[in-house]
Amino acid sequence: MAAAGVLVLVVLACLSAPIYAAHVSMSDPFASNLDGSITIGGQSVDIMQSTPTGLGVTPIGPTWASQYFLGADDQGRDVAARLLYGGCNSLLIAGGATLICLVLAGFIGIVAGFTGGIVDTVLARGLDVLWAFPVYLLAISLSAVLISRGLRLGPVTINSDSLLIPMAIIGVVYVPYVARPIRGQVLSLAQSDFVLAARCLGVRRPRILLKDILPNVTTTLIVFAPLMMALNMLTEAALSFLSIGVQPPAASWGTIILDGEGLLYTRPMVAIAPGLAIMVTVVALNFLGDGVREAFDPRAKLRVRK
Amino acid sequence: MNLKTIWWAVALACGVAPAAQAQDHRGGVLKLVSASAGGTIDPQVNYTNQYWQAFVNIYDGLVTFRKSSGASSNDVVADLATSVPQPQDGGKTYVFTLRQGIKFSNGQPVTPEDVVATFERIFKVNNPNAGSWYNNIVGGDACLKTPATCTLPDGVVADDKANTITFHLVAPNPEFLFQIAVPFGSIVPAGTPPKDMGTVPVPGTGAYMIASYDPQKALILKRNPYFKVWSAAAQPDGYVDEIDFDFGVTDENGITAVENGQYDWEFDPAPADRLAEMSTRFPAQVHLNPLLADYYAPMNVNIPPFNNKDARLAVNYALDRKDTVQIFGGKNLAVANCQILPPGFPGYQPYCPYTLNPGAKWSAPDLAKAQQLMAASGQAGQKVTVITDDQGVDPALGTYLASVLNKLGFVATTHVLSANIEFNYIQNTNNKVQISITQWYQDYPAASDFLNVLLTCGAIHPGSDNSINIAGYCDKQYDANVQAVLKTAITDPAKANQDWAAIDKQATDASVWATMFTPKQLDFVSKRLGNYTFSEQFHLLYDKVWVQ
Repeated sequence: MAAAGVLVLVVLACLSAPIYAAHVSMSDPFASNLDGSITIGGQSVDIMQSTPTGLGVTPIGPTWASQYFLGADDQGRDVAARLLYGGCNSLLIAGGATLICLVLAGFIGIVAGFTGGIVDTVLARGLDVLWAFPVYLLAISLSAVLISRGLRLGPVTINSDSLLIPMAIIGVVYVPYVARPIRGQVLSLAQSDFVLAARCLGVRRPRILLKDILPNVTTTLIVFAPLMMALNMLTEAALSFLSIGVQPPAASWGTIILDGEGLLYTRPMVAIAPGLAIMVTVVALNFLGDGVREAFDPRAKLRVRK
Repeated sequence: MNLKTIWWAVALACGVAPAAQAQDHRGGVLKLVSASAGGTIDPQVNYTNQYWQAFVNIYDGLVTFRKSSGASSNDVVADLATSVPQPQDGGKTYVFTLRQGIKFSNGQPVTPEDVVATFERIFKVNNPNAGSWYNNIVGGDACLKTPATCTLPDGVVADDKANTITFHLVAPNPEFLFQIAVPFGSIVPAGTPPKDMGTVPVPGTGAYMIASYDPQKALILKRNPYFKVWSAAAQPDGYVDEIDFDFGVTDENGITAVENGQYDWEFDPAPADRLAEMSTRFPAQVHLNPLLADYYAPMNVNIPPFNNKDARLAVNYALDRKDTVQIFGGKNLAVANCQILPPGFPGYQPYCPYTLNPGAKWSAPDLAKAQQLMAASGQAGQKVTVITDDQGVDPALGTYLASVLNKLGFVATTHVLSANIEFNYIQNTNNKVQISITQWYQDYPAASDFLNVLLTCGAIHPGSDNSINIAGYCDKQYDANVQAVLKTAITDPAKANQDWAAIDKQATDASVWATMFTPKQLDFVSKRLGNYTFSEQFHLLYDKVWVQ
């Protein structure tokens, strides 16, 4: 419950990004503001501060006030406002990728496990091939191509700057990690007593699939959802950190860490803040995943009853 | 006055002291560091400043740039040749007399045949500029077609008896001496395999030779046992006995290591967040020198929205060059620039139409005029993608440029590409790049290296990754003007430089680039490094510095 509460708080905070930017930080988190200044303690302070030697320009650090609460990045933008906007994109991509992954993996796993024969062989070997690629290498390769050219699949065109690109890439690369256990479960369910009984009673295969197999598999997919979302969030951050995820001036937690990399010595908060946000969210998602698993696991319930 | 003082006074009066002092500094190991290696160590293939800096200590051409600091470092001086020849036959023939008694680091003497073989090898190894510089040698075009069997019997003619080499050019070329003075023109033994040597050292004639090279580890240079000084202006003896160039140390760690005296100099640009620390804590170890270079945003004049001149002008007027200087590291690390030629370059005359008060210098953006031009262009709402690479300040400049474009009314985003592919990607017309962030550093000190190389119709190669006229600007009148100045430069370089200034204005007025600034080179050196010497051509000169 605590994990769910933390997640709700994170989501609500991120959704409040436009309100925060307009009414609290009063800045455009996507526009460079290298000449701006703010008033602190009645004194005007430059957002980008030059050194007396004329070498090096340092953005303002955390003010712990409404404006530039966490300081500015190398473009003079409010890090706190970008953190909230970035959270929206990170959550959206992680959530969207999870949905794509679970739908694809569920479909492939069920078709392979329930159909069997040549279809199973082809799909299972296909998953093996995909599994054989190091996941980050595959994601980076796909991103490097799609981020520069976009995606054209028949009538469907996705622009290279669309969030759908990282969403689709991350969703696809993790399909084998979910599809294989689903296939195994379906293979097992197909041999179970209640499915055999239904077959003996002459129930048609589509009905068995919908009424007997799918409900059991759905539970597994629900258990996978928060864990995959946590994994996807980390992958999104990694890709964005490598400049092949969310493209500037849009933000995600990964891109903000990248912005902060060049300021580690002088303004570490730019990298620390999104790092902490990712950590809190991922830990909460993992705890939630454990909770969901225990809630749906009949053996766990039995243990509790003992 | 003690005896020692008297001795020094006498010694100084006799001119002995400097030599003795120089002798005192001889020896030691110069320790350099970089995040990564610079690729092949074949001097006729490698086109990186990282290794050109090393090559000038290892190899010699017939002529070279003077090893000195300041403007004189742009002078061409005789190296393996006895003197710098005057062009003959209306600028189509150059006759060099080879110095005698010079040996390669493998003990083999340098002969006219080596010179002929070197220039044939330039084509055989597919030198990056074979098609743009050296194809003007008679027979060069044929060599470009069949590099493997390249011979230049009528282009580079050796006379063993007279010890001369004669170059015959297809057309007069006022920059021929510059083009053979860079490391591509390094004379190597005739038997050098006609392929990129990769990590295998090629013998040279310089003060140092490559002792070992491992791109994962280090490049080690040691004294060439066969070297004797024949011209200190071309190839000085060098103070240090060994130069170790280590790889695999990040820029942040490199700076810390130099601060701690573990290394003497870091090749990579200093990270922005260390500049303040370096300049305040170690001011005596920081050296700043202007570079002959531009950071600029080429705007593609052949596709929307920048096929509209008003849209291009709007960008130029809206660009706050002070902000771009800040992103680069502050007012002492770069100079705002509006025009094509960088300050201090031959042909440069200060000119900035894209500022609040047009004149010689940029002062502030003229946003009102920019908005007015933007409205006139009718391009508001157009989608624009700014392409930039992922190295140094380039991503930040890309983000900033997108922000300026958004303010103007475009819908701009930035695409960050790996630095390994970005420069070729933005050149290829098939990629339909609208605007990008890039840099150009001089190859040699001639205005044509910017105005001819980067902006003429001949520099456009549709569908090629090597189409260096990134903006795709092609104006017949402009090209005719460039050709006329190139002819003038053969006979009257001073007049040519005046004409280049006019061409610079013409290109600047066409607003095909949004020039941002001219950077400075910041060298952060160890406490023990002395006699720091910065050449405008090759930057820090390793053979001029001492470490003891």
